[in-house]
Amino acid sequence: MDLLFTFIAKEFKHILRDGKTLLILFGMPIVQIVLFGFALTNEVKDSRIAVLDLSNDVSTQQITQRLDASAYFDVTQHIHSYDEISHVFKEGKIKMVVVFAQNFREELLHTNHNSIQLVADASDPNVASTVTNYASSIISDYVSELNSGQSLPYLIKPEIRMLYNPQQKGAYNFVPGVIAMVLMLVCVLMTSVAVVREKETGTMEILLVSPMRPIVIIISKAIPYLVLGMTIVGVILVLSTTLLDVPIRGSLGLLLGESVLFILTSLAIGLVISNITETQQTAMLASMMGMMLPTILLSGFMFPIENLPVPMQVISNALPARWFFVIVKGVMIKGLGLAGVMRETLILIGMALFFLMVGIARFKERL
Amino acid sequence: MADMTTDIVIDVEKLTKRFGSFTAVDAISFQVHRGEIFGFLGANGAGKTTAMKMLIGISTPTSGRAMVAGYDVLKESERIKENIGYMSQKFSLYEDLSVRENIQFYGGIYGLRKSELAEKSEALIQKLGLQSEANVLVKSLPLGWRQKLSFSIAVLHEPKIVFLDEPTGGVDPITRRQFWDMIYDAAHRGITVFVTTHYMDEAEYCNRVSIMVDGRIDALDSPGALKAQFDAESMNDVFQALARKATRSAD
Amino acid sequence: MRVLLVLLQKEFRQIFRDIAILRIIFVAPIMQLLIFPLAADYEVHNVNIAIVDQDHSSYTAQIIAKLQGSHYFRVLSVSPSYPSALHQIESDAADIVLEFPLHFERDLVTQSSAQVFVAANAINGVKAGLGASYLQNILRDFNQDIRAQLINLPRLGVQPQIETQPRYWYNQYMDYHKFMVPGILVQLLTMVGVFLASLNIVREKEIGTIEQINVTPIRKWQFILGKLLPFLAIGNIVFGLGLVIGRVAYGIIPQGSLLTLYAFVNIYLLAVLGLGLFISTVTNTQQQAMFVSFFFLMVFLLLGGLFTPIESMPHWAQQITHFNPMAYFIRVMRLVVLKGSGFADLHDELLHLLVLGSGMNIMALLFYRKRS
Repeated sequence: MDLLFTFIAKEFKHILRDGKTLLILFGMPIVQIVLFGFALTNEVKDSRIAVLDLSNDVSTQQITQRLDASAYFDVTQHIHSYDEISHVFKEGKIKMVVVFAQNFREELLHTNHNSIQLVADASDPNVASTVTNYASSIISDYVSELNSGQSLPYLIKPEIRMLYNPQQKGAYNFVPGVIAMVLMLVCVLMTSVAVVREKETGTMEILLVSPMRPIVIIISKAIPYLVLGMTIVGVILVLSTTLLDVPIRGSLGLLLGESVLFILTSLAIGLVISNITETQQTAMLASMMGMMLPTILLSGFMFPIENLPVPMQVISNALPARWFFVIVKGVMIKGLGLAGVMRETLILIGMALFFLMVGIARFKERL
Repeated sequence: MADMTTDIVIDVEKLTKRFGSFTAVDAISFQVHRGEIFGFLGANGAGKTTAMKMLIGISTPTSGRAMVAGYDVLKESERIKENIGYMSQKFSLYEDLSVRENIQFYGGIYGLRKSELAEKSEALIQKLGLQSEANVLVKSLPLGWRQKLSFSIAVLHEPKIVFLDEPTGGVDPITRRQFWDMIYDAAHRGITVFVTTHYMDEAEYCNRVSIMVDGRIDALDSPGALKAQFDAESMNDVFQALARKATRSAD
Repeated sequence: MRVLLVLLQKEFRQIFRDIAILRIIFVAPIMQLLIFPLAADYEVHNVNIAIVDQDHSSYTAQIIAKLQGSHYFRVLSVSPSYPSALHQIESDAADIVLEFPLHFERDLVTQSSAQVFVAANAINGVKAGLGASYLQNILRDFNQDIRAQLINLPRLGVQPQIETQPRYWYNQYMDYHKFMVPGILVQLLTMVGVFLASLNIVREKEIGTIEQINVTPIRKWQFILGKLLPFLAIGNIVFGLGLVIGRVAYGIIPQGSLLTLYAFVNIYLLAVLGLGLFISTVTNTQQQAMFVSFFFLMVFLLLGGLFTPIESMPHWAQQITHFNPMAYFIRVMRLVVLKGSGFADLHDELLHLLVLGSGMNIMALLFYRKRS
């Protein structure tokens, strides 16, 4: 038992002395929270657009003015021919060109109908569809004002409630993601590297020859990272609740408990990786490429899982982070209790046990 | 400015290195003559490696001065490097390169021309008996061979002085003996050998030794003279006598 | 010069003998380019909708049919009550609940207006917003049809209508892949430059060969060039491989000139290699180098305009992106690959990349000391 504590203490010292790594480990989630919370959004505002106005009458000017006045758009250029459009797109600053054909107002008044072309640079399809949507809705607002005074009969009125996140804040979605990602980084990457480092420097042999049972060696490696991981989770939770007003609606204890479960799973995976790699560099790259990247891409916090092609959805199910993400969202944002996340919890427990068994078995093989 | 007239190749005067409030090397002074085998002894932590790093130009002295191979350590460190060889504690060979490739690399770095390098390279491989291992990656070589290879590479370009940092760590006594034969050989060819070690028996092989304790040089003379001075049977006993006064313990 | 050649010979030998690195160089681009674009899809489709129909009228049946026919929605079930539908949201089976109250059809016809209730899981705010918006579109369409039927008066009170016609250029089918692939190529190059380069040098530090090198008369510039050039070569190879995959897997053919592309590739590589070098001078272990590199990579990626547009960022964040070489290069890649922009259009980006690149390399040169 004493020996166990000595090893744990040694590992702790090692971690604490590495100031640069610690700085990054804590700095990264903080930076991510700041960025995601305050800088990154898919919303469109002040989008630069150009207008090709072949009529230049009251209507077109009013509509142009409306577009410019809105927060979404900035009319920065007026062009004079259709040919100029590709030139303006090539420069890369204009996102959309609004095209008014000749005799716009006349046509509108005489036939009660007209159309406006919205030529969008679809190299970013998301932005293109968003700007065309916004432009369309501004134009249709203009139209209804032309027709104001006549309210529509037979109106279906939808009453819309946004559950869990009434202000549709992005933070509610990504904070759980940041937690999962950082825990993976700490637990998978660092444990695999820590174990491999001992292999590389030859101290692993010393450990294996010592009277310590292998399971004890493994535990001594795991505990410091467990503590480190939970500390980082704490920091993230504090920041999210204070800076970003993200609530913790469910039980904090449940949330922390599930975090411990996820950390154990990640540590087990780190162990498995350390068993199959020989050098630190390979361990790191394997952790990054093999675990982190698929996790970031396929576990649902960057891109919705239902959008993934089916084979990837299958892979996604094999990633512990995917289930943990659901659990964190459920407990933190939806306020669910254990019953509500039972399925996911059981899956995680299963994964943890599986990886632990594989990791320990192969570790013993070394003897 | 190169000083060719005297045969003092290393001239150290009150050389000091401080890290914050910790003085690793405390105003040491000594001289080394051309062709000497000079042993720089001391316990682990006494400051030997730190001192040597200043002499080979990879650490800046806090105060004091030193001249190595005719050049000033503070101002002309890059010129010093042209004239010395170095073998680090870790033998610093590239494990993923072969024996021949390591020789080619370091030889090329020191400016040996292709033809000359090829000649010397073959001669060296012959001398070490590594003909069948010439194309083998260094990582497969046993420790003793690596050690000899490392030393040979350090003197390949016939430097004026070769600095060896704990060169015989971890090898058996026979290999150590063979290694010292190589050192004698180099000294015969006029290469001054500056070697640090904590193996006190190796001190007997040197022309003169200095013993560092707590950053200072507490003894400096030939092994014979020191044994007489301390009334000791071996250098080990000399060292024990000095070490009892030490306040800095080894790691 | 001879010294430089000797250095390069050693580096290339080492690289070709390092299987792990080679695997990364070839496998990483393939994997990333094949997986990433397929996964990266922010579009909203397959929104799971649970319906609570208290009314069971022909109107509600029609609306439900419309929803079932729409490719945005997947109608999960028609539940009897709101709580059971809500339960489906809790278990993440459903994203939206749509409830028709009792007497929906009757109220619409007799009182000229009727309500429906929509509850959306807004944890993913964008998805909820878009999903709700599409739902409203469908309701509005239905509303207009019904109104036309009920009113039955074609010309009376007809108002002016302006229809908008979107036209999507460069990416007619709104193929998100076309957009992501250039960005991913940038990310790959950045990984080569920052990760591989910094790890390589730090490893020499850990082994001790750097110390050996510092004792030789090698000049700083020789050492740095000796490290830069091999990775420059690797970067170009990776990029070429990436272009081929982009062509074969996604049919992306660069619209602009390859010369322009490669010129920028190399300018960018020099910049990120400079960063990698700088990182290697301030870290001592491979683990540190990895973490610091990862940190920079992540910040550059997030602030690079790959996932969220730079124009949407607040002012202070946009200022930071001025120091982000990735942001400029992503823009260049998209402009050249998708729109065929030429050098003339890219002055701004060229200038910024050159300045940033020189800056990073100068920092690396300054920080790399042969003597501590």
